[in-house]
Amino acid sequence: MLIKRATDIPSSEITSEHLYRNRRQFFKAAATTLGAASLSAFLPAPSFAAASKYDTDEKQTPINDVTSYNNYYEFGSGKDEPVVNARAFKTKPWSVAVSGMVKKPATYNLEDLLKGIVMEDRIYRMRCVERWSMVIPWHGFPLATLVKKLEPLPSAKFIKFQTLYAPDRMPEQRQPTLHWPYTEGLRMDEAMNELTLFAVGVYGKEGPAQNGAPIRLITPWKYGFKGIKAIVKMEFTDKMPLSAWMEAAPREYGFYANVNPTVDHPRWSQATETRLTGGVFDQLRPIKTRMFNGYESYVESMYSGLDLRKNY
Amino acid sequence: MIRTLKVVLFLLCLVPFFLLIWGAFTGNLGANPIEAITHTTGDWILRFLVLTLCITPLRRLTGWNQAIRFRRMLGLFAFFYACIHFAIYCLSIANLNLADIGTDIAKRPYVTVGFTGFVLMIPLAITSTKGWIRRLGGRRWQMLHRLIYVSAIAGVLHYLWLVKLDITFPVRYGVVVGVLLLFRVWTAVRSRSPVTQVSGG
Repeated sequence: MLIKRATDIPSSEITSEHLYRNRRQFFKAAATTLGAASLSAFLPAPSFAAASKYDTDEKQTPINDVTSYNNYYEFGSGKDEPVVNARAFKTKPWSVAVSGMVKKPATYNLEDLLKGIVMEDRIYRMRCVERWSMVIPWHGFPLATLVKKLEPLPSAKFIKFQTLYAPDRMPEQRQPTLHWPYTEGLRMDEAMNELTLFAVGVYGKEGPAQNGAPIRLITPWKYGFKGIKAIVKMEFTDKMPLSAWMEAAPREYGFYANVNPTVDHPRWSQATETRLTGGVFDQLRPIKTRMFNGYESYVESMYSGLDLRKNY
Repeated sequence: MIRTLKVVLFLLCLVPFFLLIWGAFTGNLGANPIEAITHTTGDWILRFLVLTLCITPLRRLTGWNQAIRFRRMLGLFAFFYACIHFAIYCLSIANLNLADIGTDIAKRPYVTVGFTGFVLMIPLAITSTKGWIRRLGGRRWQMLHRLIYVSAIAGVLHYLWLVKLDITFPVRYGVVVGVLLLFRVWTAVRSRSPVTQVSGG
């Protein structure tokens, strides 16, 4: 994907010099680590330095774990399957169909859609509904930037997202595991929230496919399944979209999917989580799950007056 | 001969355990090693329960009665992996907080049923020795050890109730356990008919 950096914006406004320097260090470290892949478990993991107010400085999940442990049912229901089954998945060319209550509905080539959008890195916590969590440097941009370009009509209240449906390329789509294609949705204010990203990659670069490339959603205060991958459709609508997991198990998964330690999954507690940081002995004890995954100050106001127990 | 086979079997039964230990120290258990240990030990509990339950049908169908001499070891290995499985759960989910463990067991059906299956294995492990068979008497001992049927069913339900969506694996275990239990029902029904008098087991 050819994503050009806008040359008319001074780089100082985009990313701090510090982060840039740090990124080079990271690539150096990554090269060394790859060279000694078998020893990588014993070397200190390369990591990004927290550079913006959105970044957490918690210990980051090693890139190898981020890219080999994925819930991505299109490529298999086991978390170790996508890294294998998505190996040959081509993410170019890619188009995204924008439709519904929007001034610029069209099927866009992804490169055209992202033209002029500046990529940044955000280090976010990611909490899976299955009780594990990671700290991941996402490479992407605020969804709000794109939504503004597309000019939604005032009547649009939600955005419905859909993953590619291609059973010949996404093998699990031949099985009725979920109702394909995977569907997710956000309320308009959630989509415009400063935390919400469209990510094109992890650890400072585009890809890989098993992490949702070429384009996926990131909402760090929500459970991971909200982060729909390989997006090909964005529909602006006034109806609350029915997500794939709501359809599969409505008693267990709701539209909001906000991380909430006080509202348990019907079958298991959400009070604690296992933070995946690369070491078995660090991970033996759980940590406490935080309200909205620790992003209360950014998102709490969107849900005032909403019964979070009913609207899980 | 049986002695040698028992030693070989004992070492084989320990292979999954040592693979986990090795994996934990070399960082080869993937991104979520705790989950890997929990799932691997969980699988081996069910496998050893199934193997234990295979002994009687194997004897009946092949006439190889010596098979009985491996049964205790297989059952005890199911219990061994269940102890690790339960200990990891207590650490990684409840952080060894007894109140939280109690709440979890009472509140979550999959934990309740899994814990029940585990607790029922304790008396079986304790009374698995020859001394206990003598003390209890063969018939009473056999009655008690039928609790393994409950543990096996509980194990399958535990697995079935915790998977997110894809029930392929718990259903497979369910079918195998179902067939093995139906074999007991079938032999019991047959033994009730006046023609043959074979005790069930």
